[in-house]
Amino acid sequence: MTTLVATNRPAAVSSEDLLSPSWAEVVDIKQEIEKTGTVWLRFKDPALQKAYTFAPGQFNMLFLPGYGEAAISICSDGEKRDTIGHTVRFVGNVTNAISRLKAGDTIGLRGPFGTHWPIEQLEGKDILLAAGGIGLPPLRPVIYHILRHRAKFGKVILLYGARTPSDLLYTAEFEEWRKADIDIQVTVDRADDTWKGQVGVVPLLFYRYRFDAAKTAVMTCGPEIMIRFVVFEALARRIPADQIFVSLERNMKCGQGSCGHCQLGPFFVCKDGPVFPFSAIEPYFSVEEF
Amino acid sequence: MPAPCKTTVAVFKFSSCDGCQLQLLNMEDELLALAGAVEIANFLEARRRVLPGPYDVVLVEGSVSTPHEAELIKKIREEAKILIAIGACATAGGIQALRNRADVDEFARAVYPHPEYLHYLPKATPISDHVKVDLELYGCPVSRAEVLEAITALLQGRKPNLPQHSVCLDCKRNGTVCVMVSKGMLCLGPVTRSGCGALCPSCGRGCYGCFGPQPGADMNTLVPALRALEKDPRETARLLSHVTGFAPAFAQAAESIFAEEKKK
Amino acid sequence: MAELHLNIGTIAALPKAQLDTILSRLREKGYRTVGPRIRDDAVVCGPIAGLADLPQGLTSVENAGQYRIVPSGNKRYFDITPGAQSWKQFFFPPRVSLFTARKNGNWNVEKPSEPAPQIAMIGVRPCDIAAIKIQDMAFMRDDFTDPLYRDRRKNAFLVAVNCLHPGGTCFCDSMGTGPKAGGDFDLALTELDDVFILEIGSEAGKEIVKGMPLQPADASLQQKADQGLAAAREKMGRRMDVRDLPDLILKNLNHPEWEAVAKRCMSCASCTLVCPTCFCWDTQDHTSLDGNETERERVWDSCFNPGFSYQAGGNTRPNTRSRYRQWLSHKLGSWKEQYGVLGCVGCGRCITWCPVKIDITEQVAALRKEARS
Repeated sequence: MTTLVATNRPAAVSSEDLLSPSWAEVVDIKQEIEKTGTVWLRFKDPALQKAYTFAPGQFNMLFLPGYGEAAISICSDGEKRDTIGHTVRFVGNVTNAISRLKAGDTIGLRGPFGTHWPIEQLEGKDILLAAGGIGLPPLRPVIYHILRHRAKFGKVILLYGARTPSDLLYTAEFEEWRKADIDIQVTVDRADDTWKGQVGVVPLLFYRYRFDAAKTAVMTCGPEIMIRFVVFEALARRIPADQIFVSLERNMKCGQGSCGHCQLGPFFVCKDGPVFPFSAIEPYFSVEEF
Repeated sequence: MPAPCKTTVAVFKFSSCDGCQLQLLNMEDELLALAGAVEIANFLEARRRVLPGPYDVVLVEGSVSTPHEAELIKKIREEAKILIAIGACATAGGIQALRNRADVDEFARAVYPHPEYLHYLPKATPISDHVKVDLELYGCPVSRAEVLEAITALLQGRKPNLPQHSVCLDCKRNGTVCVMVSKGMLCLGPVTRSGCGALCPSCGRGCYGCFGPQPGADMNTLVPALRALEKDPRETARLLSHVTGFAPAFAQAAESIFAEEKKK
Repeated sequence: MAELHLNIGTIAALPKAQLDTILSRLREKGYRTVGPRIRDDAVVCGPIAGLADLPQGLTSVENAGQYRIVPSGNKRYFDITPGAQSWKQFFFPPRVSLFTARKNGNWNVEKPSEPAPQIAMIGVRPCDIAAIKIQDMAFMRDDFTDPLYRDRRKNAFLVAVNCLHPGGTCFCDSMGTGPKAGGDFDLALTELDDVFILEIGSEAGKEIVKGMPLQPADASLQQKADQGLAAAREKMGRRMDVRDLPDLILKNLNHPEWEAVAKRCMSCASCTLVCPTCFCWDTQDHTSLDGNETERERVWDSCFNPGFSYQAGGNTRPNTRSRYRQWLSHKLGSWKEQYGVLGCVGCGRCITWCPVKIDITEQVAALRKEARS
């Protein structure tokens, strides 16, 4: 079997059979940018909340009775265990219904599911994070981890792109991240009158840096087309394929590799992913419409 | 929680047999809940009281086949926040669209002593040919479950969950034996949108395609397979020329068979 | 006559009429006895009370897209190969309720409380036994066990029937799954003209036949059975060359044959639903008008369905080419990495029940042509 990201990951705590949700309360919901917000949840059962841990990159299944269920990555700090944060783009039945929730409302939760960014194995390395649009939330727990253990990592670079300046997430936190010596480069596809930063796609930002290929690990999440080019740039700089980690999106329904929807070759993206070393998925990722 | 202002629902009938409206009346278990959840503002088949528009939701049954209907549908559109076409007539023209391939004046002369009193259009056409339709619910008749799902979804502010798969999937889920394979019967199931629960095959008959072609219906593959089972060279074309025969995928497939047969 | 000492692995001769006794003993233990019944011109899995319910003297003629029942010319009960239905419907039901969420002040989740049915499956073919084992791997993994599947599976009693009369689309011999069951049954039967040869496969099986008038199966009977099985291997309607199979497919994901088969395939999903190993499922939520009650149902799904690979932003597999390739490359390719075996048992259902006669064995042969290795 192909080597995947370590499997000693937090297991789902909600619901003994993993097929039905446990209930959580909306602690807070906050608009981030247009059509995107962060919803903070806490299990109604304190024992579940206490038992619940996740690793950066894992996701939950959020269930709204009547509207359905959607896979949403966890965007909050893994060490702050009193609430669980999810930044959600409001595009479908479930996510639009989430946008209408208020503090005190109830939502179903199953999780956490999936593999995680292997951040603890990457200590001592230079870290390159490349995110596009709604691909930043699953990487934010990695940033929180780095902030807490900054000395254990070498150079840390975040390349982040969005369509327009008003589509950029978490910008209020950038200053704090920069203070911790995280080099943040932001780019947009289309600038507006106020934008003084870079214009262009995320992979173009690679040219600003020289990487120590043997010492660098890449983590990337965003639109699949962006991931392809980020990986291309990283490989071109001789960063080994097993040090490039990508988080994939597929149609995830069950969260435990049972329903079959999210398959990519031999992998169930919900269970063997969403975070993969690129070396594992390379043969399948390059096949169109696979 | 009683809503201060209930969603108003109106039902209008165009050229049709009323069968879809009957499906609404046949809801039995759910009808009371429905009447409680929405304000039925206009449903002549059910009650005489008619409330004036505009309406939140308008269900339209039937196809447009007369000049009067062509005008009326525009007025109804103006009164409707959301317009839902229900059934094969409203979504594909219905059985009356069979005339679309023929000379309807000739029919009129043959049937009526005074055809000059008739006011009709040369074609019977789906509602979407005339006005913007927000949602189409297919079937002859329409599926009660789908009507309820559509209204529930509207009340909850979400998109309705309507099946896109073929009838084959329903036959297999039901454990129904495939009539094409076991009996050599013609069946439109492989290209027909699910919605009926695969009723005809469960009664030992091929699918008539009442719910119309599913998105991406692969006629090029099914038609030769059906023609290989024909006992009469027009059997497949006739099967396609049924209640959803004016739906583009079915109409084109039937016409090319008729054209092919003519050449012979 | 000395009573036969019964053990797992014991082989004995069972007078045919005694199958009725086995069935009634199973029912006494609470099992529903289900076996091959004729309905709507095909064999389906239906309730059987005794021998009289079995399709005696009949067999099936099968080819791509065709299934017909004809007289067999003998009096055997199990000469007819199964129809489209397989046993997976009992472990992995086509529709089953997962839970109902109900708002009664607070939201609650109620799970169906009905116990799993206890079913004795009579006449399970060796290919179907292999298929059940394959689904066991998918639904009862170390890291996730599906409770609905597990409870139904634990409650089942399997009476295998070795295949002396394979159908026109069968190729279990190529897949190494038949025509003789290698294990994983409670009882197995091999049907000769006037007697069954019975093999005990489990303690539960031994318990059922204890005290029945079993005779030792003498050498001539066993020889007859062996000859029948050898002949069955020769009579397979199809063959599949399985050499280097996962590799052949996974190295040829851009082979022109995928485009060619897409022109003949309608994406109707029939193959995946009649396949006894296909395990994909979807959920459907049924919501009450007031929104205070939602039932989540699990239903059979298929990688051929347009919505199967839909996600925000588009469809991963938007056409028949990519969907057919997903099915075949999973079944005969990536399945091996997932579960250590291929996902095909050679039952031939996908060939017989394809309305447009697509043949998986021909597809593999076509891929071999111009294959990259």
